[in-house]
Amino acid sequence: MFLGTMIYALINSAILALMAIGFNLTFGISGVANFAYGAVYILAAYASWLLLNLTGISFWLAAPIAILLSMAFGAGMYRFVLLRVRGQALSEVIATFGIGLAVLELFNYLGLVGFEYTLPVLIDESFMIADTMVDMQRILIVLMAGLLVAGLWAFTHYTRLGLAFRGIAQDERTALTLGMDSDRIAMLAVSFGCGLAAFAACIVIPLGSISPSEGYEVLIKALAVCIIGGLGSTGGVILASFLIGFAERLTDAYISSHWTMIVSLAAILIVLVIKPSGFFGRQKELEERI
Amino acid sequence: MSRLNQRRERIDRGIKARAGDVFALCSWREMLYLLAPRLIPVVGFLGLPLVLDDYWQRVLLSVAVFALLAISWDILSQSGMISLGQSLFFGLGAYCSGILNHYFGWHPLIALPAAALLGGLVSTLFLLPVLRLRGVYFSMVTLIIPLMLVRIVEATKIFGGTEGLSGIAPLPSKWVEMYLIVAVLLGVLFGFRRMLNSDYGLVLKGIKDNDRSVINAGINIYWFKTQALFIASSIGALAGAFMTHVYMFVGMPVFALDYSILPIAAAVVGGPGTLAGATLGAVILVPLSEILRGIGGLRIVFYGIFLAVFIVGLPEGLFHYVERKYHQFERWVEVE
Repeated sequence: MFLGTMIYALINSAILALMAIGFNLTFGISGVANFAYGAVYILAAYASWLLLNLTGISFWLAAPIAILLSMAFGAGMYRFVLLRVRGQALSEVIATFGIGLAVLELFNYLGLVGFEYTLPVLIDESFMIADTMVDMQRILIVLMAGLLVAGLWAFTHYTRLGLAFRGIAQDERTALTLGMDSDRIAMLAVSFGCGLAAFAACIVIPLGSISPSEGYEVLIKALAVCIIGGLGSTGGVILASFLIGFAERLTDAYISSHWTMIVSLAAILIVLVIKPSGFFGRQKELEERI
Repeated sequence: MSRLNQRRERIDRGIKARAGDVFALCSWREMLYLLAPRLIPVVGFLGLPLVLDDYWQRVLLSVAVFALLAISWDILSQSGMISLGQSLFFGLGAYCSGILNHYFGWHPLIALPAAALLGGLVSTLFLLPVLRLRGVYFSMVTLIIPLMLVRIVEATKIFGGTEGLSGIAPLPSKWVEMYLIVAVLLGVLFGFRRMLNSDYGLVLKGIKDNDRSVINAGINIYWFKTQALFIASSIGALAGAFMTHVYMFVGMPVFALDYSILPIAAAVVGGPGTLAGATLGAVILVPLSEILRGIGGLRIVFYGIFLAVFIVGLPEGLFHYVERKYHQFERWVEVE
């Protein structure tokens, strides 16, 4: 029982990390808080569902197309909306929130909700680990989350584009003088963030079903993880997802599932009171936040 | 026609003697010119209940409620705090009034102002820890808190839990209801507009524009932010408390997304920065959403699109645009 809870807590943490990392990437590099993040997650899920069921192509083809579509959506959103309000953090929030709201409520209106709206699992098998049933999809999620974090780390440390990302994140003006186009990089950052949201959707959604209310949930979870970990810090995201992931499962197992959401939300408030810059908030972030 | 060598020159009308609020009036016509924009909302809100039928009176009621919420949002945003969770204030006010009436049997007319102050106080206490956060971070937390409260009510089953509290006493009569909220709206609109134009309001605007220089001036910005938060949340709480007595019910729907989104949409469409803009936005959007009731959930889609389009296309909002056209001549002049 206890070991089983621990295994599921680990899986839950991996899911949280997957959900939050895109939001974190976008914010860390371009400073855009993408409140349409949850909407992109759902958009990608519906896009791959439609591709699967209308055109009948395989999931291995549909998922990459959905991810590319989401990246295009993100790039378009930056190019046509965010670029015009760039630098005004609050206008960015309102604009992305408005877009996200429109997308989610549109799907709500279309009423594409139900058990048939789900994506297929990659490999349909289950294992017994320490007397607990764990299906292959959940193990894959943990593996993918690990690979993704490692891949992102390598990308931002060893490729030209990744280094440019970090350059813009550290000091936009200095980066500009060295010939990095901050608008282009920011567009890519928003686009990559949306792509990561879509990626998360493609492998997490098979566990449940697609519904627009999930979009708000994802946004809240991503916000929670990023606020606790310190926005823009990848290490913080991983630590915070473990923290919330375990806290959620433990309350689920030992108190009541009603309290699951409250735990993560209360964690945010407590962290903000004690250490407003989050666990990994550095000096600069502190300055931005307070 | 090419305007390459020309620029648009804007000239204030001659009536404006020196500053924005010093006028030299020479005739009744000029007096009327100044009075008309102020009389329109007063006469409109006081006169409309007399000519509207029951259904549209209800709509006017929600116009006033959403205008109050939008004004509350605007006061916060003028102090540099962008709230994405107006439903926190609305919901806490609603619950306070419901509890005072349901458990303690207070008369609605006493419970209403008490709930406004109490709700304002509780919301301020909730947001006090995050007051030090700037910009986006503050917005994120305000988005989260109402959701958390819904879950808490659901989990602990306090105050009626998912069922809510019903059978709350209504206000004495339909007309008291109508004119009470209209009077409150007009009072809040003109009163706080005046306050924000005073030195006190200048400090709040200063916090929004550059908080560090306000700190440098030896002003405790957190104390001022707390005050602005209390004012704004009391206004929101009053709106919520009022709706509790209109519906004679309070429950989890008071924390719904509608009460967060519509006020922001109204303030953005109408024009942030002047409380009149927020009111104008509510006057436009609420009846519009009534007309669009047939399309159901698609309404929120439109609010979302409105928000994005206005914040990008007309960030000053309708009110500033109209105000400029009203107060200034415009002409094209050659660029030397």
